[in-house]
Amino acid sequence: MSALRDRARHRPSTLWALVLPPAVWAGHFLFCYVFAAIHCAKAGPLAPLGAVRGAILVATAAALGAVLAAGGVAWARTRIPGDPPPHDESTDEDRARFLATSTLLLAALSFVAIVFTAIPALMFEDCR
Amino acid sequence: MRAGKRFARDDVRASAAAVPDQDDPDVRAVQEARLREAWAPPRGLFLRWTDVNNSAVGVWYTLTALAMLLFAGCLALVIRAQLAFPGSALVSASTFNQLFTLPGTVMMFLFAVPIFEAVSILLLPQLLGARDLPFPRLSAFGYWSFLVGGVFVAGSIFFDAAPDAGWFMYPPLTTEPSRTGIGADIWMLGLSFIEVAAIAAAIELIVGVLKCRPPGMRLNLMPLYAWYVLVVAVMILFAFPPLIAGDVLFELERMLDWPFFDASRGGDPLLWQHLFWIFGHPEVYIIFLPSVALFAMIVPTFARRHLIGYPWIVLAAVGTGFLSFGLWVHHMFTTGLPSISLAFFSAASEAVAIPTGVQIFAFIATLWAGRVVRSTPLLFGAGALAIFVVGGLTGVMVAVAPFDWQAHDTYLVVAHLHYVLVGGAVLPLFAGLYYYWPMVTGKRLSDRLGRAAFWLMLVGFNVAFFPMHIAGLSGMPRRVFTYPEGIGLDLPNLVSTAGAFVLALGIAVVLADLVLSPRRARGPRNPWSAGTLEWLARPEEHWGVRSVPLVESRYPLWDQPGFVARHDEGRFFLPDAEEGKRELMISSVLDAKPLQIGRIGGPTVKPLLAAVSLGGVFILTTFHLWIAAAASGALALGAILWWLWTGTSVMPEKPTKHAGRGVVLPLYSSGPVSPGWWAMFITMTADATAFASLVFGYLFYWTVHPEFPPPAAPGVDGPGVLGPMAALGLVVLGWGATVGARQTNARGRAAAARGFLGLASAATVAGGLAALWGPRSSGLEPALHVYPAVVWVLAIWMAAHAAIGVLMQLYVLARSVTGRLTAAFDGDVRNVCLYMHFVLAAAAVTFPLIAFFPELAS
Repeated sequence: MSALRDRARHRPSTLWALVLPPAVWAGHFLFCYVFAAIHCAKAGPLAPLGAVRGAILVATAAALGAVLAAGGVAWARTRIPGDPPPHDESTDEDRARFLATSTLLLAALSFVAIVFTAIPALMFEDCR
Repeated sequence: MRAGKRFARDDVRASAAAVPDQDDPDVRAVQEARLREAWAPPRGLFLRWTDVNNSAVGVWYTLTALAMLLFAGCLALVIRAQLAFPGSALVSASTFNQLFTLPGTVMMFLFAVPIFEAVSILLLPQLLGARDLPFPRLSAFGYWSFLVGGVFVAGSIFFDAAPDAGWFMYPPLTTEPSRTGIGADIWMLGLSFIEVAAIAAAIELIVGVLKCRPPGMRLNLMPLYAWYVLVVAVMILFAFPPLIAGDVLFELERMLDWPFFDASRGGDPLLWQHLFWIFGHPEVYIIFLPSVALFAMIVPTFARRHLIGYPWIVLAAVGTGFLSFGLWVHHMFTTGLPSISLAFFSAASEAVAIPTGVQIFAFIATLWAGRVVRSTPLLFGAGALAIFVVGGLTGVMVAVAPFDWQAHDTYLVVAHLHYVLVGGAVLPLFAGLYYYWPMVTGKRLSDRLGRAAFWLMLVGFNVAFFPMHIAGLSGMPRRVFTYPEGIGLDLPNLVSTAGAFVLALGIAVVLADLVLSPRRARGPRNPWSAGTLEWLARPEEHWGVRSVPLVESRYPLWDQPGFVARHDEGRFFLPDAEEGKRELMISSVLDAKPLQIGRIGGPTVKPLLAAVSLGGVFILTTFHLWIAAAASGALALGAILWWLWTGTSVMPEKPTKHAGRGVVLPLYSSGPVSPGWWAMFITMTADATAFASLVFGYLFYWTVHPEFPPPAAPGVDGPGVLGPMAALGLVVLGWGATVGARQTNARGRAAAARGFLGLASAATVAGGLAALWGPRSSGLEPALHVYPAVVWVLAIWMAAHAAIGVLMQLYVLARSVTGRLTAAFDGDVRNVCLYMHFVLAAAAVTFPLIAFFPELAS
């Protein structure tokens, strides 16, 4: 565990890590929408959702896993030794920890948004 | 504990010996004279319009956008006058249609988005302690594009030719020329041109934020305005191109009768709604976020403390930026899509309230924790928040699909969108106007008039728009030119009209304040005692900053002792313009380490010429004057090539230069380090988004038809496999040869590089022709059915990109032959390579799709 944490802490920072969690949300959202829309367009307006619901739940689990992983890495990086928040010094540590904090917050938001998106798959049974 | 390396300080200490004597007032005076000359604006009645400096272009841009606000506001007052009494005949139904379409269009496209570009162009360099944005001529080009297109669209109402089908131009009403006249063309082509300006601004602002920060200003120290601008500019790249793609399909239907939105020939009007709202909903946030960004600058100044929750604001900006792309279908809840689709968008629409709320709480917390100084800007800001929250709450209501089914297309939605946009965009802009006016002009606006204007606007706004909630719930539909007496709508409408005129009076007071400003005395620099870099500016100097500062805090004017004096005495970087060139610091993305001294262009007529001639293409096309349009297009191409040839990738006279304080930096860079490479990358990202929208269109038609492509018949047979595959092979060859040219050029083998470029251009030409040959050889008739039409569009898209690629390859060849491209100065060929990567990716999608999808689908 601590080896994993050290690896997370020693990776170089990038802006891409910041947008990874919301990008996972976007991918999950598009998948849910496109998959359900094509199914309903092809199977007819009264067709049951059938496999769509299972697929959305699997995709949701995968997306939540990815966001949790990104959030976990960010969490480890927010705890890189250094001075406490706010991270407002012009130093490598503060910049890294600021990006990690923002990533962590975005991961939390993305987690909630993914759960929101998945709720319809629990509630709806057909294409009406 | 501050274990981190302060690279800039160490660098400075290490080479302190090379520091010029900034203690000597004579040295400083000479430096200032040289800087002043390098940044002097052009003078004279005509030449002054060739200025490209952000301080001039930003002001023109802002004033033009404000003029558009006033123009649309006056039209809106006519709407309110017409609706004041039931059965009124002040204007005809047809004029009314133009009256509600044009203000919506003008407010959204010609005021709200341009004012963001305008204010950002004006403010961003100052906020970053940069002398200008990295591509000042592109800013000027964007401004002239906006002016030409804006006047064209807005002026159409004086010729009774304004668009009249709502600001979203839904087909099939709008795609039939006999029903809509020329108005729809004016809308489409005029706005396409303005979208070009928006994308130009996005390129400028992204590169500005990421590459032009002062040394020390790492990502965690960036002013929050810059974070918002970055997010919004990236949103523009993904939001505007779908609309451009929609515009292309729309105009092809109107001009050539290609049936993209005509259900009788396989088209679908819903595709337009998708493309429009994929643009239209993010656009609301594109308008909202930059205005909140102004608030993020104003609040700390008047709370007299650092903003609380900096990463939370970044979360809010980035989170809203993403989530806002998952909302578009909530404008289409009543179009009969499956309920589960609506539910996804309903969920995202509720989720976006989270980041929006977070930033409001961060502002409230900052004000709460600070020692608040009362001021006019803060008053406008606080009023804005209150109004915005009301709009946000109705937003949460209409995001629930069953409620929306009841409220859709009623005045409740009119009330909602005005609360959101006036609270979220217009009032914060007035706050910004009062806050930043002293930075631009050196004079404060009147607090007395400002307060009076604020209360008139706040009261007027609520009196005008709150009754619309009631009118809407009573069932008043949008866009009706009148209503019958005695169904409960008389009083709310009369009250609304009265309120609208009070609101207008408030805006008139602001105008009076602005008009009085030149007669007032100069005030002090930094009148609000703010802590951020923009207050280093002195309005009488055009150089932006006297020296590019070393930043160690989010609020350097508060936290870094002697900061202003050190800046003014040129003790930071680039305090001089020894060669009389306009220079700025290019730095690294994450940590703002200085990488290069970038040289940027000065005053020139070229962007103006390019914008006017490109505008000519769009305007002349509207009137079907094909030959004149083609001539204008040739002129535009010539102007752009002239501009590029003389002004970009210029070889410096020496490889490196002292940036001040002993730091030595190169004067030239290419590839991912250079701003030009980033600009190409960003442009092509927008281009790829437009392309993806066309591919989405192709697949969309497949989902809505039981059989797509349609059964084989003359004129609707697919493009075959041979043509598309030959085109793919040739494009791959053209791409490979371009990469070969880059590699051989880098090794100094100029002859081989030129050979590769010749091969590349030949292959790319052939690839473009092969792309067209496929659908032509199988006799696809685009007017017959949407399937041949959409295949033709994809083929033409590829051919057009091949044509542009050939122009670029030949341009690079010419640069090489004339000695302007060498192994060391190879920016042009690297940028063209990057372009070809994108063309290759598009070809790898398009050609297999049109060749093999018919097989796959059947």
